[in-house]
Amino acid sequence: MGTTASQLGKDLLSEYQELTFLTKQEILLAHKRFSELLSKDERNLPNTRVSMERILTLPELKSNPFRERICHVFSTSDQKNGSLSFEDFLDLLSAFSDSATLEIKSHYAFRIFDFDDDGTLDCGDLEKLVNCLTGETDDTRLTTDEMRQLINNILEESDIDKDGTVNLSEFQHVISRSPDFVSSFKIVL
Amino acid sequence: METDAVFFTDHSGRITSNPLLDQLPSYQSLLYRRKSSVSGPKRRSSSRGRLGSSSSGKWNMSTFTRPFEKQKSQVTEQQPIRELAKPMAEKRRDKTQRLEEAQELTNWRQWRQSSHRYLRRLRDDAQEWLSSMKLWRGDIHLIEGMFGTGILSYFSFLRFLVVLNLIIFLIKFSFVMLPIIIAPYASGNITYNLNDAGVCSVYPSSARRGLVIFHEHITDLLSGGGFLEQTYLFYGYYKVDKIHFTNVTYNLALAYLLSTIAYLFLSLIWIVKRSARGFKRNLVQDEDRFQSFCNKIFAGWDFCITNENAARLKRSSLLYELKTDLEEERIKQKIADRTRKEKCRIYLIRLILNLFVIGVLAACFYSIYVATIFSQEAQMTKIKVNFIVDLIYEYLPSIVITLANFITPLLFSVIINYEDYSPAFEIRFTLMRCVFMRLTSIGVLLFSLWSQITNCEEEPCICGYNHLLYSCWETRVGQEMYKLTIFDFITIVAVTIFVEFPRKLIVKHCDCGLAKWWGQQEFAIPQNVLEIVYGQTICWIGTFYCPMLPAICTIKYFFIFYIKKVSLINNCRPATRPFRASSSNFFFLGVLLIGLALACLPVTVSVAQINCSHACGPFVNFNTSWEVLPTTVSQLPSGAQTLLFALSSEAFAVSFFVVTCLAMFYVIALAGAHKRVINQLRDQLAMEGRDKRFLIQKLCQAQRLSPVRSPVSKSKPRSPSYHTSFSSNFSEGVFLAHSPPDSSTHV
Repeated sequence: MGTTASQLGKDLLSEYQELTFLTKQEILLAHKRFSELLSKDERNLPNTRVSMERILTLPELKSNPFRERICHVFSTSDQKNGSLSFEDFLDLLSAFSDSATLEIKSHYAFRIFDFDDDGTLDCGDLEKLVNCLTGETDDTRLTTDEMRQLINNILEESDIDKDGTVNLSEFQHVISRSPDFVSSFKIVL
Repeated sequence: METDAVFFTDHSGRITSNPLLDQLPSYQSLLYRRKSSVSGPKRRSSSRGRLGSSSSGKWNMSTFTRPFEKQKSQVTEQQPIRELAKPMAEKRRDKTQRLEEAQELTNWRQWRQSSHRYLRRLRDDAQEWLSSMKLWRGDIHLIEGMFGTGILSYFSFLRFLVVLNLIIFLIKFSFVMLPIIIAPYASGNITYNLNDAGVCSVYPSSARRGLVIFHEHITDLLSGGGFLEQTYLFYGYYKVDKIHFTNVTYNLALAYLLSTIAYLFLSLIWIVKRSARGFKRNLVQDEDRFQSFCNKIFAGWDFCITNENAARLKRSSLLYELKTDLEEERIKQKIADRTRKEKCRIYLIRLILNLFVIGVLAACFYSIYVATIFSQEAQMTKIKVNFIVDLIYEYLPSIVITLANFITPLLFSVIINYEDYSPAFEIRFTLMRCVFMRLTSIGVLLFSLWSQITNCEEEPCICGYNHLLYSCWETRVGQEMYKLTIFDFITIVAVTIFVEFPRKLIVKHCDCGLAKWWGQQEFAIPQNVLEIVYGQTICWIGTFYCPMLPAICTIKYFFIFYIKKVSLINNCRPATRPFRASSSNFFFLGVLLIGLALACLPVTVSVAQINCSHACGPFVNFNTSWEVLPTTVSQLPSGAQTLLFALSSEAFAVSFFVVTCLAMFYVIALAGAHKRVINQLRDQLAMEGRDKRFLIQKLCQAQRLSPVRSPVSKSKPRSPSYHTSFSSNFSEGVFLAHSPPDSSTHV
């Protein structure tokens, strides 16, 4: 099963409603926006994947510094090129929706922030994360001293077992105490 | 060689394994947990392979997986499928698996599951429908995309106030105005308040007679006098005492009083409920820091931003915030290093500046008092000088209050620089001073009004108030509140049109130094919020005297939303210091609660203490407005009377208070105990990690001494994914993770 031709069938729609946090309107809107990314002949093929470059033209992702990581995390393609099928796209929107649970959001946030995909957030990941947040050019970065101070502070707050990295449970623990996370980790079409 | 999300190969590329590590129960449970719910898409293809190769280990993995799977299926049965972090295809497979398992269950359980699912779907549909009915959804979504969640919280706060005012108006309308309106149609017999023709019940009409010039109509509209005075707008027009329908008598005076209490109570409950969510999160955060670095970094980016410009601004504001916070850490260090002499000097400076602030506040309050008295006297003498001057005299208190509220924040923000607090505390303290200023100015206005009203030529007043000048004093108070509301609205519109738009034009087209220094308008959230809370406090106080004021406020906030939105999109750039969404919600509702508390005070005093006027209003037959209640209670049947007396007796109140205090102390003690337990567990966890590392190290040393063991690891090559991470101090038998850490416990 996958994307059907131009309209979503009713039972497919209700299945998506059950398997994601999206409402019916949101799923239909997502389908519409996804089809706009496809070319005319691709629309009739089931299970088409949209390449990462085309996904990144969506306004919701275009200005996001984590856009490539998001595509990689939610992509189920075998070539690991970040291309998304419609169901991947729905998974993405579901994790970022208003009604998703904190656990889902923190799980995916952890995977997005884990730049080297090694299952923990170490100093390299954290440094890349901060640079994404502040900007990539030289005058928008923190100095090395400030970066070191910042990373030390972060590890002091979140690293419970003092191994110098933040693993998934530590991350989820610190996120559960972060009041802004749920409202900021949201993408609505 | 696959890479796994959690496990990874060592840097040399060699696939090694340690049978000891794989036998650790913590490692086993990690595998089981990863297999069941917390896993990524890459595992999809690897899960089968994993199961196969696991059996080559010392412990047969399959003997472990079966009991784990059984457990898993029982555990995850409770959790709906969409809460699992898996891609769609895996979720679909889980669903079919669950349906198959459901077939095996008894009929009762099947029915229960399907009914749960049905109820959940119903609830989701209802929530979807409710949220589609929300006002301004599209506009708020647009603002969120352009400016982020901090400014968004201001607009959703505005939306909340529109709905709150509408509900308050509906309460007042349906309990006070509606019975009067439908009485003729429902065959109700209205009894009016008796006019006992005493000296206190003289109420000269203030309607204009003869030829009325047009601008006088405008004066009346803006000041609530003239033709507006004898309308449903003000308290004085409600002369109805009781309405006798066919079976029931509707006591309008009682309804008036009870609806006042009802709307204050409703506002309190709604605000507390809305702030409970944010408050709980603030309590859970046991950081005593104002900012938390993790919160800033992990939750720092607003994923809803769609505008490239806004994204760039967000980045620069994040950079600014991080630099400031790191700076503040350094300042804290500096503060801790202060010498005694410096501390004395700083305390002295702070004392002087605080006295100066108190002096400024006292001067502002005195000027409001003087302006009010002058304005009241000018209205009394009724000498019409000029249309504009008359209007200025009418609006003098509002003008003075607005000017004071404009100047004092600037003054406070200058003063705070010399007091040498940490930046976070500076912001909070300035805000608190501004809040105090804004809300107390209303109190001063009311106090000066009351001093005028109860000031008679010969003491004590015959009717309890100055009946010569204020034959219907509640209407006068209502008029003042009405004028404050109108003036507030006019000020906001005028500032937007005459200050913000020209500022934008000047900054955009003019290149002079002045324009650069002034800069583009920043949307200062705290000041805007204080503005709205000020207006809402006036509405709460004024509704008792001017029952249609909530409707006026609803319309006012409705228009303010669009004005602010247009001004924001066209003129403003986001603030350099970002306002966090979570703390802002708490701040808005906290200030609103302070406003509500302040609004309850004058209403309570005037209901319970001050003699109501005998010439107008529903409470003519009583001494104070509160007397309606005891009179009604005494007419109830004796059983209800005894119950009500028991509830309001001192014995009940004291015991209720004591029980509440006990409950509060218990909860506080519980919270303290939990915190201690958390700290203990944290220390224990770190210690366990160190123990484990030490033991493994010893074991490996022992292993290396016995050469028999070493070929084991080579003869059974495993799939690369079964490696836990350990420190680089270990050699071959154990395999490594990243270099710096010394141990890790993957929980």
